[in-house]
Amino acid sequence: MSKSQVLTFTDRGIYCPAGDFYIDPWRPVNRALITHGHADHARPGHNRYLATQAAAPILRHRLGDIQLETISYGETRNLDGAKVSFHPAGHVPGSAQIRVEVDGEIWVVSGDYKLEPDGLSEPFEPVKCHSFVTESTFGLPIFNWQAQDEVAAQINAWWRNSIANGITPMLGAYSLGKAQRLLSLLDTDIGPILSHGAVENTTAILREQGYSLPDTVLVQPDTKGAEYPDALVIAPPGALGSTWARRFGKVSTGFASGWMQMRGVRRRRSVDRGFVISDHADWDGLNRAVTETGAENVFVTHGYTDIFARWLKDRGLNAGIVSTEYEGEAAEGAEAE
Amino acid sequence: MKRFARLFREIDGSTKTTVKVAALASYFQDAPDDDRLWTIALFSGRRPKRAITTTRLREWAAEKAGLPLWLLEECYPAVGDLAETIALLLPEPDAALDLSLTEWINRLRDLAQQPEETRKAIILDAWDKLDTTERFLFNKLITGGFRIGVSQKLMTRALSQATGKPEAELAHRLMGNWSPDDTNWHDLIESEDGSTDDSRPYPFYLAYALEDEPDALGSPEDWHAEWKWDGIRGQLILRGGEQYLWSRGEELITDTFPEFSRAKDFVPEGTVLDGEILVWNDGPEPFNALQKRLGRKTVSRKMLSDLPVVLYAYDLLELAGDDMRQRPLEDRRAKLATLFDQLPEEAPLRLSPRLPFAEWDELGDIRKTARDNRAEGLMLKRNDSPYLAGRKKGDWWKWKLAPLTIDAVMIYAQSGSGRRANLFTDFTFAVWNGNDLVPFTKAYSGLSDEEFRKITAWVRKNTQQRFGPVRQVTPEHVFEIAFEGIHASPRHKSGVALRFPRISRWRQDKPLQEANTLDDLKEMLAIYG
Repeated sequence: MSKSQVLTFTDRGIYCPAGDFYIDPWRPVNRALITHGHADHARPGHNRYLATQAAAPILRHRLGDIQLETISYGETRNLDGAKVSFHPAGHVPGSAQIRVEVDGEIWVVSGDYKLEPDGLSEPFEPVKCHSFVTESTFGLPIFNWQAQDEVAAQINAWWRNSIANGITPMLGAYSLGKAQRLLSLLDTDIGPILSHGAVENTTAILREQGYSLPDTVLVQPDTKGAEYPDALVIAPPGALGSTWARRFGKVSTGFASGWMQMRGVRRRRSVDRGFVISDHADWDGLNRAVTETGAENVFVTHGYTDIFARWLKDRGLNAGIVSTEYEGEAAEGAEAE
Repeated sequence: MKRFARLFREIDGSTKTTVKVAALASYFQDAPDDDRLWTIALFSGRRPKRAITTTRLREWAAEKAGLPLWLLEECYPAVGDLAETIALLLPEPDAALDLSLTEWINRLRDLAQQPEETRKAIILDAWDKLDTTERFLFNKLITGGFRIGVSQKLMTRALSQATGKPEAELAHRLMGNWSPDDTNWHDLIESEDGSTDDSRPYPFYLAYALEDEPDALGSPEDWHAEWKWDGIRGQLILRGGEQYLWSRGEELITDTFPEFSRAKDFVPEGTVLDGEILVWNDGPEPFNALQKRLGRKTVSRKMLSDLPVVLYAYDLLELAGDDMRQRPLEDRRAKLATLFDQLPEEAPLRLSPRLPFAEWDELGDIRKTARDNRAEGLMLKRNDSPYLAGRKKGDWWKWKLAPLTIDAVMIYAQSGSGRRANLFTDFTFAVWNGNDLVPFTKAYSGLSDEEFRKITAWVRKNTQQRFGPVRQVTPEHVFEIAFEGIHASPRHKSGVALRFPRISRWRQDKPLQEANTLDDLKEMLAIYG
């Protein structure tokens, strides 16, 4: 397919023979380059890690005492025979695409990405390459995201409406990325934001790094819902409907995910409101990203791989499917991010 | 359509029954008569005649979206609903047109007389003028099946709030084979005399399962016991010189069972019976026999002689044109017995016998013999109970036998549809035959959402081969399958077929090798088949 195989796909992860490193490997390796801090991409047990400076605090928080080197966006580093650089992926704060160049042949591994700037994550930058490794979590044309402002307006209207009816709105969101993006969209004139411990941990780290996030009140064991009649509560999806949630009395549950576009998924989660918002590219986003790289070869990793690859082939590209252990925005949400 | 779309969003946007009922009630108060009549019709499974095939609908939608047809076909299983898939794929509307629900329905109905090109133009034009929710509903009007979480019970409650009429009366009014073409809001809901239609059945009274021991029900002498037969529930109506047979799912099945055309030779005009339809050959046959008769529009003479059916009547709802439902069960049963006294053998009617008992323990012993009597357990009814509408707790209970169970290995998985699209929920199970696994049943339900999520993630990682939507998975997980009956079936590889198979639990404690064997199944067949 290409004149030299810059990256190969192994059962440990995506491997660069010239540089002797892996990108987001799922089994322990000597040297791992990490696109972002979500658990299916940043796993424990590697000897050495390389990630962006912006991703480092979260990685340390999640993986503990690891040997971690950092790199700036756009900075080039030589790893044996390979030149590598990290470029914003727009997925979550600190997330990157990784560009690998060997003998003039350029490959880009996108990790997870979205094209729309969310006001918090470093905005996605297209990187020219010969071969592009892309996700396809939402690689079906039924997925078309509304503009972020519109979703923000829906969420804030739901907040206002709920408290007007004496009900506490409780929003489920993954603790890294989605939760903070939602925080930044909330209209704090309506009332205070109460935050679950798991969300608060991550928020505190990002706030410390200088990301601009509104104030939140951590829910303590003795916190009573009645003390905050105007509040919105933000919590990991698993906390909705749990005993933890009972302290808030009557609640209206909301869940924010790209999967909420599908009625079936929304009903299965049995939340009152589904907000369609994702940190992954929608159908147009995926297609635009592929086009903007100028790549002839596209490798589709996780999501609707076979369908998206077939579509790309129809468009005249060399497209292949790569089997990985990445999960994307898992349809059921509780475990993956 | 905007009003109907708003109603739909309110119903669909909440998991709380009170919110749904309030939204419906307010709609039933305000909407124009023809719209609310159509809304009742749609939510109770009635729909306008299909004017367009789904094949055309797919083609036109793909064309409109600028996508190849194969891609639309791939989206469909992910979404699990064609109407929704199309609504999501179409480009943004470029105009708005606010016609009422009824006006849209009438437009669709007019299509039937149009040439195909005109039909296409009208559909594409509609898509251009409706937003995503409205399009979904519009497509649903074409494809049918408005299952959106509004049960009959919920709808009658809302109607009752809106009109002030009692729920039971409304439930009765909504029964039968009316359509918005042959009635109107006033006649159906408001008129003083709601029973203008001879075919209209009464709402079935449904029992809850008895969870505890029957001692809690009080004194045995207050209770009537009979077998819970393993057939299908039916309501036989003899009015106006005609007979009508309704299934519990409110389907008119008169033509499926021509045996009952003779019923009027044996019981008088103005009688309505509630009972069990069973195949009878000197005694009730298992459900398996009846199954061969179901769903047929025409019935061969051979079938009528090999598999004749009877109605095992257990209740009398109408006698000489009088509604008997408020009378106590004892009274209804006594009249039923009189009516059936000395019926000849050739009558397609039998009285479901009362099982006398003095003590609950004695009844418990009788229950143990249910399978020998071709029954699934017992029915317990309070002697003084009226015949209520719908599922109500208190007076009627079903006391079924514990199901049969077998431990089996999951070997194929398939994703569900609708609410369960994207989740593996349909499984094929196998038992050991030597070193081979022989598939013997499918089962769909019985796991929690959490377990379905877990097994879905596992299936994704352990797929060995794909056959279209079906995935062959590594044999690893053992599940306990519960079922109500077993019978020989030459069409199945295993030689057996199960009745009501479902997953009763995930045996994560059980190693693969300890699943049951084909010999175990055959032994069950010998005992219970």
